Amino acid sequence: MVAGWFTDTEDEEGFRLLGTRCGACSAVFFPREDSLCRNPACAGDALTEVPLSKRGRVWSYTDGRYRPPAPYVSDPEAPWEPYTLLAVELEAERMVVLGQAAPGVTVADLSVGVEVEVVPGILSEDTGTSWTTWHWRPVEEER
Amino acid sequence: MNEVAVLGAGMHPWGKWGRSFIGYGTAAAGAALADAGIDWPDVRSVVGAGTLRCGYPGHVAGAAFAQALGWQGARVTSVYAACASGAQAIDTARAQILAGIAEVVLVVGADSAPKGFFAPAGGDRPDDPDWLRFRLLGATNPAYFALYARRRMALHGDTTDDFARVKVKNAAAGALNPYARYRTAVSAGQVAASPVVADPLRLLDVCATSDGGAALVLSSMEYARRHGAGDPVRIRAVSTVTPVYPASGPGLPDIATDSAVAVDPPAPGFRESIARAAYEEAALGPEDLSLAEVYDLSTAMELQWYEDLGLCRPGEGAGLLRAGATALGGRIPVNTSGGLASFGEAVPAQAIAQVCELTWQLRGTAGARQVPGARAGMTANQGLFGHGSAVVAVR
Ligand SMILES: [Zn+2]
Repeated sequence: MVAGWFTDTEDEEGFRLLGTRCGACSAVFFPREDSLCRNPACAGDALTEVPLSKRGRVWSYTDGRYRPPAPYVSDPEAPWEPYTLLAVELEAERMVVLGQAAPGVTVADLSVGVEVEVVPGILSEDTGTSWTTWHWRPVEEER
Repeated sequence: MNEVAVLGAGMHPWGKWGRSFIGYGTAAAGAALADAGIDWPDVRSVVGAGTLRCGYPGHVAGAAFAQALGWQGARVTSVYAACASGAQAIDTARAQILAGIAEVVLVVGADSAPKGFFAPAGGDRPDDPDWLRFRLLGATNPAYFALYARRRMALHGDTTDDFARVKVKNAAAGALNPYARYRTAVSAGQVAASPVVADPLRLLDVCATSDGGAALVLSSMEYARRHGAGDPVRIRAVSTVTPVYPASGPGLPDIATDSAVAVDPPAPGFRESIARAAYEEAALGPEDLSLAEVYDLSTAMELQWYEDLGLCRPGEGAGLLRAGATALGGRIPVNTSGGLASFGEAVPAQAIAQVCELTWQLRGTAGARQVPGARAGMTANQGLFGHGSAVVAVR
């Protein structure tokens, strides 16, 4: 569904979002832009895949207290569990990337400016298939 | 100046009426024509503002309204621009008048909205960013509004009490508007007691989906004079701008912002540029405004508009509100109609409804919500996928 948006690995350490970079002006795109650089001052059309920073800082956050409509996949029989949504600022790429928080992370665990890292997560599961996505998770204090 | 006259304004009351959008649109059109004193066959161009749901508009708005009113051979245009459909319809009508293509143009927008969150079309459509944000993130419109609300709290010290104050203010104005869906006062306590939709925004902080319709009859100044309207409300500017790369701040429906690694973000930012373009075209500034109508899709978003319109400095929106400046009776009343807080969203109609309110205020016929001596007003809105509009009307 989102082929080529992140690395194909279960390993948390090596998991990265994948964007593309323009060979002419070095602009970065996520979701990936493969055909044409969107910098209006640039005529570049050679875009190469590039992993995005693993860590960033929370730009803002919220949650979803009501079940979103389709195509979001959720079990209508199960009680709704709010998810947490993050907007994360990547310093090197100078961009903000949205994503759900890892399960168990609530708005009470967050504040603007705290450091988070991207980890693999499960978007949805149906018979036999598990759809991977990316999650943002607060970085454990290193002591 | 490139001005056009507003000869007539009309609405169908907003609410959940359960009827077709055509009925709302023709009712609003009939009211606007009667207000203008123009017979329908005299209208030489119809511009319909459309909505697009489930990947197919169902009707071609301009033609659908023209058929329902009775085919009479007028030129027809349909405009879809999500929340800015109405503003782009006004812009199109104005351009036709200024180009001499049509002297009298009817602009109509109406909708009957589904209950609950707006949702994208079905099927697997990973090439559609609107579909993707729902599929991957479950990110509804209120989720985006909430990201901005929380960011304001962190950056500017806004509080949820400030957000509630916007609702209290707009509900008080809406209670005085016969076209509003919600016509009762709301207390800060009621906002605080309503359930959280997307932290920190509660149900009464976000606008509902609604049915409704709004219409305008626009003409050349020359036609207005011939028609006996010597001093009509005039539209002096319509801005419909896109951002300048790299757009910063997560905008509906995108999952990420542009990267600023190759080019620094522009100053002013996109939302500010919407108002700036209109001010420049109208040759006036925020200090000249008597009132403004802005998209309060969420209470917090209204505070952002104060700053983007230059009514106060960046970060000072909540202060302007707390001082009472933006309430009826204040220095620069905002959303005298009651805003989307009181109307709810009928997407193609709402930017037209904003100009209806300016028209009534500038004529001095807004009744109990009248801004005394109103001379100039501005509207502002923002549509999906990065574009926004502002209309300046004067008397
Ligand atoms: Zn480039």
